[in-house]
Amino acid sequence: MFDALTNKFNSVFRGLSGRGRISEKNVRESMREVRSALLEADVNYKVVKDFCDSVVEKAMGAKVIESLHPGQLMVKIVNDELTNLMGPVDSKIYFVSPGPTIVMLAGLQGSGKTTTAAKLARLLLKQGKNPLLVADDLQRPAAIEQLKTLGQQLEIPVYFEESKDAVKVARNSVNFARKNGRDVVILDTAGRLHIDTELMGELGKICTAITPHQIFLVCDSMTGQDAVNSAKEFNEQLELDGVILTKLDGDARGGAALSVKAVTGKPIKFVGMGEKLDQLEEFYPDRMASRILGMGDVVTLVEKAQEQFSEEEAQKMQQKMAKGQFTFDDFLKQMQSLKNMGGIKDMLKMIPGIGSQMGAMDVDDKEITRLEAIVHSMTKAERRDPDIIDASRRRRIARGCGMEPSDVSGLVKTFNQSRQMMKAMSGMGAMGRMKALKSMGNMDMFSGRMPGLKIKQRSKRKRVDRRKKGKKNRR
Amino acid sequence: MAFFSKTLDKLKNGLAKSRKKISDSLTTVLTLGRKIDEELLEELEEKLISDDIGVETTLQIIEDLRAAWKERKISSAEDVVPFLKQELIEYWPQCDRELNFAESGPTVVMVTGVNGSGKTTSIAKLAYLLSSQGKEVVLAACDTFRAAAVEQLSIWSQRTGVQIVKHQQNSDPAAVAFDACEAALARKADVLLVDTAGRLHTQKNLMMELSKIRNVITRKIPDAPHEVLQVLDATTGQNAINQAKMFSEAVDVTGIMLAKLDGTAKGGIVVAIRNQINIPVKFVGLGEKPEDIEPFDPETFVEALFS
Ligand SMILES: Nc1nc2c(ncn2[C@@H]2O[C@H](COP(=O)(O)OP(=O)(O)O)[C@@H](O)[C@H]2O)c(=O)[nH]1
Ligand SMILES: Nc1nc2c(ncn2[C@@H]2O[C@H](COP(=O)(O)OP(=O)(O)O)[C@@H](O)[C@H]2O)c(=O)[nH]1
Ligand SMILES: [Mg+2]
Ligand SMILES: [Mg+2]
Repeated sequence: MFDALTNKFNSVFRGLSGRGRISEKNVRESMREVRSALLEADVNYKVVKDFCDSVVEKAMGAKVIESLHPGQLMVKIVNDELTNLMGPVDSKIYFVSPGPTIVMLAGLQGSGKTTTAAKLARLLLKQGKNPLLVADDLQRPAAIEQLKTLGQQLEIPVYFEESKDAVKVARNSVNFARKNGRDVVILDTAGRLHIDTELMGELGKICTAITPHQIFLVCDSMTGQDAVNSAKEFNEQLELDGVILTKLDGDARGGAALSVKAVTGKPIKFVGMGEKLDQLEEFYPDRMASRILGMGDVVTLVEKAQEQFSEEEAQKMQQKMAKGQFTFDDFLKQMQSLKNMGGIKDMLKMIPGIGSQMGAMDVDDKEITRLEAIVHSMTKAERRDPDIIDASRRRRIARGCGMEPSDVSGLVKTFNQSRQMMKAMSGMGAMGRMKALKSMGNMDMFSGRMPGLKIKQRSKRKRVDRRKKGKKNRR
Repeated sequence: MAFFSKTLDKLKNGLAKSRKKISDSLTTVLTLGRKIDEELLEELEEKLISDDIGVETTLQIIEDLRAAWKERKISSAEDVVPFLKQELIEYWPQCDRELNFAESGPTVVMVTGVNGSGKTTSIAKLAYLLSSQGKEVVLAACDTFRAAAVEQLSIWSQRTGVQIVKHQQNSDPAAVAFDACEAALARKADVLLVDTAGRLHTQKNLMMELSKIRNVITRKIPDAPHEVLQVLDATTGQNAINQAKMFSEAVDVTGIMLAKLDGTAKGGIVVAIRNQINIPVKFVGLGEKPEDIEPFDPETFVEALFS
């Protein structure tokens, strides 16, 4: 979690504060942890070096040295910088008219090209396109058969030929698409080493013959330091339009994403999250940044939650939510677990897309204690059925916990709202829930989700300004 | 030995082609007559990290080097490479590089690894190598999951002229293993090579499936599998350590086959794996053809690491 890094920064700076000012050298030293984290995540060492230099530069500009909380500020700079480097988000596939739009996939052996071709075709079909898959890997045994099988599963036509000439197959496939009204052509190619001049030349010839509108490099997220070499070479020979990162469903930290982005400057378009054909997702720079830093991610969040709730309990809870039968007692239980899991602030940070916005808001664990006090002051019947809480009960509860009746009604009101929301959301899958959370955009939903929780949000303008600044620094 | 020079040739060729490589070669770090100092150690550290040896193992190696320097065993840059080579070569004693053959009956080699690492191609290479040594080889197509995986292995069985036991796609891989064991016994085969579907080590149910395949094999042929090889893509970074740990836990990996070493990646992660989990490397893969296999040779490997 970010706290771990903040603490490390703080311990470096605290050791110094007694002895006067923090110098640039100290800031540099404090980056050692970050450097190790990035190297452990497989970010190329040269990319790491550049990254650390630019963070130090930003830290000097941001006057970390004079800051009251140098550790926190450093973490923020590191995370922002990393997120900026990973972005911008661009998951669009651009179409040409008249069609067909030609999309070509290339990459090393076994990186996931064929599977990704099928995943893309499925995505396009969902968007109302008429894709054509082209089996242009004439090297690997049964490669054509593999794509044909996937095409059948999706009911998407696959163009193939018994041939040794990949350029000819590519050319013929485009003609076939034109004649048959297919508006997107997805070309699967054979895996090849970036230093294989002959096969790299073949890709060049295919490009000359059919001029693909978009060329994506398919890159295995488990790749190590060498990712820079292959990505650079593919980019130089093919002028890539983007990168698709595969096998991110494992526990690889995925530093290759940063390396590849750094050497090619091309956006990461999609990520592969499994072998199944619906497991292709959009890319979230902030999620990736946290993952690479090894701090806070969904996996930990889920694991922590699992430690707190048994499977059975979780299921019971879910059923209650679905039926809108969630009570104040359940609420207490959840708050208790939240605390055991390391505090609400840390929890929120682990939710992708929200973690990086934490700088803009204050959530206080004390707030939870306050809410708990209110609930503790309720009778059993009131906890089970908040509807019976009238003005006189409200006054009694408020007196019991030393708060105002308006505090009590505030809690009851948001509690009811969130009960409604839980009911609505429990119909969705985990991803749907995540999306629903994200689409609600600003953080207000949290006050809905965590009943009565007050979240102070700083002015939105500031946030926008900060983003703009970030953009300028993008490469 | 012939294969050493062939490997070295390939590796050197690879290097010649990759002059555009981003990482510096060691020779620029170790210019003649340069004295050892902290700066040099730092550059060496970067070099080792750029080979995917990983932070932890690299720091250990550098510490050993520093100790030798402080004890005045070495003093100039020219001493560094021989020292490191010696240290690394000792990671892989001769004894644990060979295949463990059954005393009698078929030797079963189970092949595992994450998706796309090169398992099926490595099986084809092993089939080629072993049958060229006069052994009768049978393949078991236990990847019943990936589209056309059975077809892929079937083509390799034809090309290498060995027999194959297969079921339909999506059938139970343990059942294929069972039948393959029976066939190997009935045909008095020397070696049974078991291909399995790629899986990420984080997928608990799929790892359990793998253990089940292993158990079925042991039930049919006691002492089997005699080898469990994990095929590792040489371009893999630090995640390979988790892979090795989890696959070992599930099926007791006995050795690594390091595939795709014909690229620019040096496969330094096997140093970390050796250091942290103690799994030896048995073979290396150097291309997509059946003959592109070599027994692992630490000297050649280390030579390439430092070239
Ligand atoms: N777990 C996981 N496996 C993947 C993913 N993408 C591809 N694969 C698997 O990786 C292996 C190689 O994929 P394939 O598409 O054949 O790669 P190609 O050689 O580049 O065409 C297969 O076993 C795929 O099922 C992914 O996102 N996650
Ligand atoms: N260059 C190179 N390619 C390899 C090597 N081993 C396997 N491959 C390729 O890597 C891809 C995946 O190999 P495959 O055996 O199907 O992997 P599996 O999914 O683990 O069974 C195929 O395109 C192979 O031709 C190797 O040693 N060198
Ligand atoms: Mg393919
Ligand atoms: Mg296979």
